[in-house]
Amino acid sequence: MTGEREVVITSSADVVAVRQLVRSVAIEVGLSLVDQTKIVTAASELARNALVYAGGGDVRILVVENGHRRGLKLIVTDDGPGIPDLELALTDGWTTGNGLGLGLSGSRRLVDEFDLLSGPGKGTTVTVTKWAR
Amino acid sequence: MSVQADTARRRIEELLRTNEEQIIGRWAKIAKASSEELSELYRALLASLDEGKNDLADIRGLLADLSRSRARAGFAPSDTARAVFGLKEVVFELAESDADWAEAAGGLVWFSRLIDDLGLYTFETYTDAREKIILDQAEQLLELSTPVVKMWDGIVAVPLIGTLDSARTQVVMEKLLQTLVDTGAEHAIIDITGVPAVDTQVAQHLLKTVVAARLMGAECVISGIRPQIAHTIVTLGVEFGDIVTKASLADALAHTFRRAGIEVGRARQAHVSIRAENA
Repeated sequence: MTGEREVVITSSADVVAVRQLVRSVAIEVGLSLVDQTKIVTAASELARNALVYAGGGDVRILVVENGHRRGLKLIVTDDGPGIPDLELALTDGWTTGNGLGLGLSGSRRLVDEFDLLSGPGKGTTVTVTKWAR
Repeated sequence: MSVQADTARRRIEELLRTNEEQIIGRWAKIAKASSEELSELYRALLASLDEGKNDLADIRGLLADLSRSRARAGFAPSDTARAVFGLKEVVFELAESDADWAEAAGGLVWFSRLIDDLGLYTFETYTDAREKIILDQAEQLLELSTPVVKMWDGIVAVPLIGTLDSARTQVVMEKLLQTLVDTGAEHAIIDITGVPAVDTQVAQHLLKTVVAARLMGAECVISGIRPQIAHTIVTLGVEFGDIVTKASLADALAHTFRRAGIEVGRARQAHVSIRAENA
């Protein structure tokens, strides 16, 4: 399967939709059960972050190829207030909401590639990739 | 309204009144609806025109009923709207064959607008009715999906299935705590075998539920932690602290039996005997 899927996040029901879509694409890409669960969990965290901190956003799901390996790429974008201190935001247990403060830092550990682009007033874009083994 | 438009309008009203039977028959065919249903609508339409003040309350009420019942029966919204728009087609055909075509044509614009309004109104009520059905179902699901089962005297379990959002966790927590009070149970097992993914929000909800149960003097075990879930929780960095977790519901039950001092043994004739210690 190729092509891009997109989910617009406006409510927690959309977060569920993202999880289900990521799960089905992960299976098609050939990720192991553990890796499926990891990328689904990361997608859930990132989508919920966009919802909670930016009031919504959008998730793009892509199948990528790197030589002989296939992978799943997620691009989560929002137009929220942005993150002033990226290093602090990636610290375990640090949160401006009332969660556990592990969503962003935990997601980084759950995936193979992690890219965070943000600044005050610029919104936030998180790009993550999980490769099939 | 100008005098000319007024006469044109009256011309259409006249047309509607004199050809009632013919119109309803043809309309029923186009709308694929029963003619009894439609003649009731038709009479309401005529009545509202009679009053001459565009008072459409009656016909709107009827249309709302029709729309709602069709939404429940699973009709597509366009079918319901098309049923209403069908009347336009019939009246246009009739006006075309009318001797005084030019005069009737002016009234058709007015009539067309009226039917458009009514058609859109059915669409609105249709959507409202659908929305309400979805809301009801979501509520029913919330109730259905959170049973608290009694496993043993003093032991209750909550088998969680599907997605745990804030609303559902709230229901689960309330139900569990209430059951602890009602039954006087001192042990609870939360089984997450049916939860596909545990993210930080789900983990936080689980932790809060366990702490709340503890505050009420009950011991809580979380069971159904599958390998991929364990892997993910560790990688995320979520710590369950001193909360007892087990791979399966059976393990959790065995653990709870030990904690409660309940002995389960196999008797000679494949007969299970239970003895609770008087603690």
